[in-house]
Amino acid sequence: MAKTRVTMKVNGAEVEGLVEPRTLLVHFIRENLQLTGTHVGCETTHCGACTVDLDGMSVKSCTVFAVQADGSEITTIEGMANPDGSLSALQEGFRMMHGLQCGFCTPGMIMRAHRLLQENSSPTEQEIRIGMSGNLCRCTGYQNIVRAIQYAAAKLNNVEFKEAAE
Amino acid sequence: MIPGPFSYHRPASLADAVKLLADLGDDARPLAGGHSLVPMMKLRLATPAHLVDLHGVDDLKGIRRDGNTIVIGAMTTQHELLASGEIRQSLPILQETAALIADPQVRYCGTIGGNVANGDPGNDMPALMMVLGANFRLSGLGGERDVPASEFYQGAYFTALEPGEILTSISIPVPPAGHGYAYEKLKRKVGDYATAAAAVVLSMAAGKVATCAIGLTNLHETPLLATDAANAVIGTSLEAATLKQAAAAAEAIMAPAADARGPVEYRKHVGGIMVMRALQRAAGRAA
Repeated sequence: MAKTRVTMKVNGAEVEGLVEPRTLLVHFIRENLQLTGTHVGCETTHCGACTVDLDGMSVKSCTVFAVQADGSEITTIEGMANPDGSLSALQEGFRMMHGLQCGFCTPGMIMRAHRLLQENSSPTEQEIRIGMSGNLCRCTGYQNIVRAIQYAAAKLNNVEFKEAAE
Repeated sequence: MIPGPFSYHRPASLADAVKLLADLGDDARPLAGGHSLVPMMKLRLATPAHLVDLHGVDDLKGIRRDGNTIVIGAMTTQHELLASGEIRQSLPILQETAALIADPQVRYCGTIGGNVANGDPGNDMPALMMVLGANFRLSGLGGERDVPASEFYQGAYFTALEPGEILTSISIPVPPAGHGYAYEKLKRKVGDYATAAAAVVLSMAAGKVATCAIGLTNLHETPLLATDAANAVIGTSLEAATLKQAAAAAEAIMAPAADARGPVEYRKHVGGIMVMRALQRAAGRAA
């Protein structure tokens, strides 16, 4: 099958590559761009480990073809740290609140939480749980993931992070 | 899992898309949100030789009000429905239903056109479209035609769409102010299709049901309008005995598949419960 040239802006850098139409975006990101922070989990659109930010939407990159992303702007977990290399609020939140154990789901969690906080800067716990419902974690039971996102929201809003009473 | 090889087309106009689908024939599939088709392609249960991506066709996007009708472009995503002030005001049941479809990431991609045109009995919007009296506009080489939602569904994955036709927009008459509505969906987990679901739109007058329509999702090979069940509640105040009558009338037309969501008897039983809950919640919302 003839290959097609695609160009996109990934984590602020212009990139291009040759892909077959059937190449999934997640494989283009991992194999062509060598950005292996985006994980392939279930491959069936369920788990959210492959979530990236595409033109302001959280998408599961295992269910989008790279040719469909031609001309788009993408952010992956590699683009999430602050410009000086320090951890972003969400990354810091996951670290401080123990929002991960094995860490496999974490890149997808952080990319989804990033867009959630862009759309709703002060989500309730319930809104966080609904907003994160397309991402599966098999380790944490989600409690600390919710706390990590609450921590990040508080930090981004310049307010003190208060744990909800148990 | 990698899909089989295919050629990718991205037409910039509806005319080009229709012509491509006609020229390429059975080997081509239109691609909307892709969140039903691409997983099927990865499993090699679908192996189209050509994909005609509709994302380049601007005419298929958008929500507008035309008098007392809301017109929704087929490529409008579930996420866009949830964000629309017009939909919140005029057709809140669409938002209640869209929020129960799949998960946030899928809703950024999944479209209302794909949801209603695919003919999957598990999709949530078709029964709702029947309840609301929606019309689907179909475009093909021969021109445009309108098909009522109630006549569109012929069997699982079989619809009134002819080869080469594209569903381009959905027209929904705005229900009267003060109408009550509810979509009740039982599912095993976020992202699942319904074990059973019921859509209700009704109006009340002097404490009694004046008008009512009831739709059923995933309880038959097509979405269903439960007309006898709706007639059973008109003129009543939805007493317990009336609700049970309506549930029984709805169960009488259900023919769900036995699958991982449960055996036939269970799915019919919970289908009746969804009807009762939706009726009560809709009545509670009616002015």
